[in-house]
Amino acid sequence: MTGVWVYSEREELALELLGKASELAGKLGVEVAAVALGSGVEAVAQGLSKAADRVYVVDAPQLGWFEAGVYAHVLSQLARRYEPDIILIGSTKRGKEVAARLATRLRVGCIPDCLRVDVDGEGRLVADRLVYGGRAVSTQVCQSKPAVATIPPRTFERAEETRAGEIVKVDVEVGEPAVSLVETRMKEAPEVNIEEADVVVCGGRGIEKKEDLRMLEELAEALGGVVGVTRPLAEDRGWFTEWVGLSGRKVKPTLYIGVGVSGAIQHVAGIRDSKVIVAVNKDPEAPIFQVADYIVVGDLYEIIPALIEAVKKGGG
Amino acid sequence: MPRVMVCVKYAINVDELKVDRESGRVITTGASRKTSDFDRNAVEEAVKLKEQGWEAVAVTVGDEQSKMALREALAMGVDSVYLLTDERFKELDTLGTSYLLAKAAEKLKPDLILCGEASIDSFSGQVGPRLAEWLGIPHIAYARSLRVDGDSVVVERGLEDRVEVVRARMPVLVSVTREINQPRTPSLMAIMKASRKEIAVWGVEELGVEVGELERLRGVEVVGVQAPRVERKAITIEGETAREIAEQLVKALLKEGVLG
Repeated sequence: MTGVWVYSEREELALELLGKASELAGKLGVEVAAVALGSGVEAVAQGLSKAADRVYVVDAPQLGWFEAGVYAHVLSQLARRYEPDIILIGSTKRGKEVAARLATRLRVGCIPDCLRVDVDGEGRLVADRLVYGGRAVSTQVCQSKPAVATIPPRTFERAEETRAGEIVKVDVEVGEPAVSLVETRMKEAPEVNIEEADVVVCGGRGIEKKEDLRMLEELAEALGGVVGVTRPLAEDRGWFTEWVGLSGRKVKPTLYIGVGVSGAIQHVAGIRDSKVIVAVNKDPEAPIFQVADYIVVGDLYEIIPALIEAVKKGGG
Repeated sequence: MPRVMVCVKYAINVDELKVDRESGRVITTGASRKTSDFDRNAVEEAVKLKEQGWEAVAVTVGDEQSKMALREALAMGVDSVYLLTDERFKELDTLGTSYLLAKAAEKLKPDLILCGEASIDSFSGQVGPRLAEWLGIPHIAYARSLRVDGDSVVVERGLEDRVEVVRARMPVLVSVTREINQPRTPSLMAIMKASRKEIAVWGVEELGVEVGELERLRGVEVVGVQAPRVERKAITIEGETAREIAEQLVKALLKEGVLG
């Protein structure tokens, strides 16, 4: 008997993946397992064991800094030893890199950034992912074993913590990273948490000056959310280092408010899983209106201050 | 002379892709194509190295049309280009594509390989790290700056919560983001000159590919491509004044239960 495995360097994401993994494992009649890698990961392993039948742990000082080559080397040894059917990896930047390297070591396919995963009648992994800049959903089947797939944050519900899995410390060759770290600079907090935010207020090209973002911050604050921007504001104007969109951060808040956002396809693909989408734009033909629940055609410089006031008064 | 190999893809131009509204079918046959955005950044970075005395070569896996991407790379300034094409290379996923690029790299023996972070059409971001893995060399992803320092590269890479400056000994593969540079627009003269240059075409034999091996490298099969269904309410909030609109909106959002 083998299993459905989960790995993410983010514990929260690993728990979300365990939710789905447990469902797939049930269908296949196999066990659900998590992998904890790092330096001093006992607490993480304990946390994961509440939602898995087994937690494989490799704890080594060389794993203290995430280098994809080393991580893939360790994961591939575990996979060869225990032969899982499916490996689900959290689709973070690090996770995607390690998944690609792992899949290559194992000479298998990998489906990145899955929106849906399931197993078909033959026990193969079937997944949906966005392609063509979000214009299409591609359904793909993994033909090799183990099947590797990556899954973005907040795609699935967090697993129920109803298990008491066995923690298995595994001895493997860890190796030394071929890439060395020279320096780390942390990013500012609001940009970090945007994927987890319940409310995202996103500024687009309709925002004229950087100072005007303060207005969006005020709105976000009143709503208990965070501010993001579209790609042109990050890349061309350099106001933020990251943007919301398929090529940047994918968000899925309960409430997304696009302010002066035109709705380029790659941006829309990055917000499509939001529960409620509000769009404010003075152009009635703005493409974002085609994917919005609530449409406000008007000048954002009038609407947003009024909205801040209304939220402070009425809701929030 | 140190050599940089840059990998490019002649991708489907997603901005011009048509979807049949009735059936939701995406019309890829005959769709317009272009060099994938990030790959142009990779070419630019390669050409910058050429200007510092390197030799720059560009490689693509594709069809006859993919020569366009190689011509563009030539026009931007790379020295020579290679098209990896063969009937038996069709419909490969990232596992097979990266294998072919690895075969080409084994022949070209570059000191540095550059890839775009992901392609604009399939956006999997897999080919770079997979190619590094085939070659057993380090991979540095999400590069926003790149500097050669002796026998190493120093790269600034952007992760979700941090920016890391990392160093690795060559040979190494670096995947670049759009922030790394502004790709040059080649002059008409450069485009004309590029159109007369030779494109090397490598197939199964030239690359020394084992066909049986290649067949085993089909890891993922695409079984369907459909336009995503959009189910949104599309309610226009109306009002005489901004204040009225704002109040209407708040009322609607309260009803949705997404406030507070």
